[in-house]
Amino acid sequence: MNHTITNYDPFGNASTGKLGMWLFLVMDALTFATILSGGLYLRLRTDLWPNAGEILNIPLTSFNTFLLIISSFTMVLALNSARSKDIDNLKLFLSLTILGGVTFLGIQVYEYGHFIVGGPALENALLQAGFSGHSSLTWNTGVYGSTFYATTSFHGLHVLTGVIYLSVILFNVSKGVGLEAYYDRIEIAGLFWHFVDLVWILVFTIIYLI
Amino acid sequence: MKIHKDSFWSKHIFSEDHKTIGKQFFWLGLFFLFFGGALAMLLRWQLGYPEQPVPIIGKWMWPDDGGIINPDIFNQMFTMHGTIMIFWAITPLLIGAFGNFLIPLQIGAPDMAFPKLNMISFWTMFLASLVLLSSYMLPLGTASGGWTSYPPLSSPAGGIPGLGQTIWTIALILMGAATMMGAINYITTVVRLRAPGMFYFKMPLSVWGLFLASILNAVFVPVIAAGLVMLLLDQTIGTEFFIAGRLASGDPGDPLLFQHVFWIFGHPEVYILILPVWGITSDLLSVFSRKPAYGYKVTAIAMSTVVALSSLVWGHHMYTTGMSPLLGKSFMFLTLLISIPSSMFFLNWLGTLWRGSIHFDTPMLFSMGVIWVFGLGGLTGLYNATVTADIYLHDTMFVVGHFHYTLAASVMFGSFAAIYFWFPKMFGRALDPFIGKVHFWGSFITINYVFFNMMVTGYAGQHRRIYNPTEYDFLKPLSGLNEWITIFAFFLGIFQFLFLLNILWTISRSKICEKNPWKATTLEWTVNYPIPHGNFDEVPIIYYGPHEYSRPDIKDKDWLGQNELMEVKKWQM
Repeated sequence: MNHTITNYDPFGNASTGKLGMWLFLVMDALTFATILSGGLYLRLRTDLWPNAGEILNIPLTSFNTFLLIISSFTMVLALNSARSKDIDNLKLFLSLTILGGVTFLGIQVYEYGHFIVGGPALENALLQAGFSGHSSLTWNTGVYGSTFYATTSFHGLHVLTGVIYLSVILFNVSKGVGLEAYYDRIEIAGLFWHFVDLVWILVFTIIYLI
Repeated sequence: MKIHKDSFWSKHIFSEDHKTIGKQFFWLGLFFLFFGGALAMLLRWQLGYPEQPVPIIGKWMWPDDGGIINPDIFNQMFTMHGTIMIFWAITPLLIGAFGNFLIPLQIGAPDMAFPKLNMISFWTMFLASLVLLSSYMLPLGTASGGWTSYPPLSSPAGGIPGLGQTIWTIALILMGAATMMGAINYITTVVRLRAPGMFYFKMPLSVWGLFLASILNAVFVPVIAAGLVMLLLDQTIGTEFFIAGRLASGDPGDPLLFQHVFWIFGHPEVYILILPVWGITSDLLSVFSRKPAYGYKVTAIAMSTVVALSSLVWGHHMYTTGMSPLLGKSFMFLTLLISIPSSMFFLNWLGTLWRGSIHFDTPMLFSMGVIWVFGLGGLTGLYNATVTADIYLHDTMFVVGHFHYTLAASVMFGSFAAIYFWFPKMFGRALDPFIGKVHFWGSFITINYVFFNMMVTGYAGQHRRIYNPTEYDFLKPLSGLNEWITIFAFFLGIFQFLFLLNILWTISRSKICEKNPWKATTLEWTVNYPIPHGNFDEVPIIYYGPHEYSRPDIKDKDWLGQNELMEVKKWQM
């Protein structure tokens, strides 16, 4: 009798939970792919699309992009602290990551508010881009507004989810869970956070830069 | 093995046991199968006896119209018939019920990889069902834009009045969420929880089919989910993704985008529905021919090839949208390519039967029925895939007959085969074989009459969604045929009640049957009913493939279980 049969596993030592998260990220990536490519398709079919920087505030959003990249970096530092069982640094870096996400969301809300409230400056910018008779940019302002809000708010929801997710992790770490077993959970949460940051690079490029 | 202590709630309602969740999906799917079937009967009544009062229930259902199905109700019926049959009957029955029940048992796993997610998946599906059914209570009725719900039909501006389409969209998004949770679970389970020795090429073909269907679900349900969210935003807060022309307030979107998104998902969806059936049929033909499945690896690889190709063919649903002829031809070429792998496993089925010792039990009859109806459905698909033929056939009853042959007939026969075959394992009791055979022959004759003649009426030009075919001169000669289709469809419906009675009678009256009534080799037949939460007492170790029948080196029986170490080791040396 041969009791030592082992199945070949292409995913090696990755935990089952991590495998599940990767599958979820594949599915999430395909959702973003549909929304982004749908936006590009609509852009090709319409004449009315502002040039880069005409309406959207690129410097402000660049700062937001920078924030997210930094928060990915602090997430890696948090994971590194978890590996070396350094609870204080783990809590610090997790908090910094959450702070990065919250600030990102704050700036996004400010940006939305600026567009929805509108004003003469925005009206002028919209007029130059070909949108006559609009003093504010909302999701009803043609297909451009629809695409902008749908894509960025879908991403914003992901950031919000990530902030809540990491807050739960931080709460559990503060309560004093055994890091030996919890390390994998932190890593999985980190996967999600890095994914959200990575997708933002695509959203930023497609919606803001081109 | 882990021992579970369950209270009433955690055992029957919010159970995390894959077998209980499978049964929950089974009852949900069965309910909607009869619901959708009843809608089909009413549709056939209107097409066979246009604008005549529906007998018995008509006066009670639609008193204002004198029992006649009015055009609005007719539109709601075909919309809900399609939606329910595809998303609420077939998907829960095959992927929900058998996916849950079979995958862990057949690969030797104690449960799904994420039992809690599995439970949430079912209850999300249940919520989706309530949302869908609640749309019937709206003042203007439920969705009526067809199961495809193309904008502008489903748009608020210029579309169908009322909230029906919006509720439909919400129900489908919830259903999609449940499906995605299931896909994560199934894929992870197959990748991670196979028992030692259960290599990919030792898995039963049923698991192959369910696994491949889950991969398609994981890849393409997110696409339609994104599309549906965009549609929902159009319907609720006034975005303009799919709104064009004069309906748009400003800069227009494009309704064609929804068609692309819908069919990028929609074509793989038909393979999602039929892949489990291909797998189950391949396994069952082997069991009841007492012969190894012919070309097991070829079947598995051919099914995987179909999965890969299915993502490249969605355009064949859109030949009449003004697509560039070059693009149309490319889609035609890719679509026709699918017939090569399909023919491979189709011939393998015949190869399995060839010179086998065939036992005509009920599951076998239904599996052989699948060969016949899938063969016809596949062959008529070639006409629809060819641009020149399709431009004539598009949106006619020919298309309806074709996809009912593949989806309704093949998938339902496959589901029936699976239900008759695994009923002894799910409920411990074997369904009555005599009623089963009457059910088969009754369904087989009527289903062929109905769907074949639908193709005839379509070839003669009958459009698929018209309310009253006798209003058009060129369709008047078809009214006799339409009437006969309706009569046969009613008989088809009546035979399904025989099936329902068989199930209820068996569960309430029959005795617990033996552990392995079909003398099958796969792992689920090694455990006794009721299977405990946790499945196997000890981890099974797998030595053989799933189809070890009629081995010449075993004398006393004609099968060898996957985990039975043979005493005569001649073959291994």
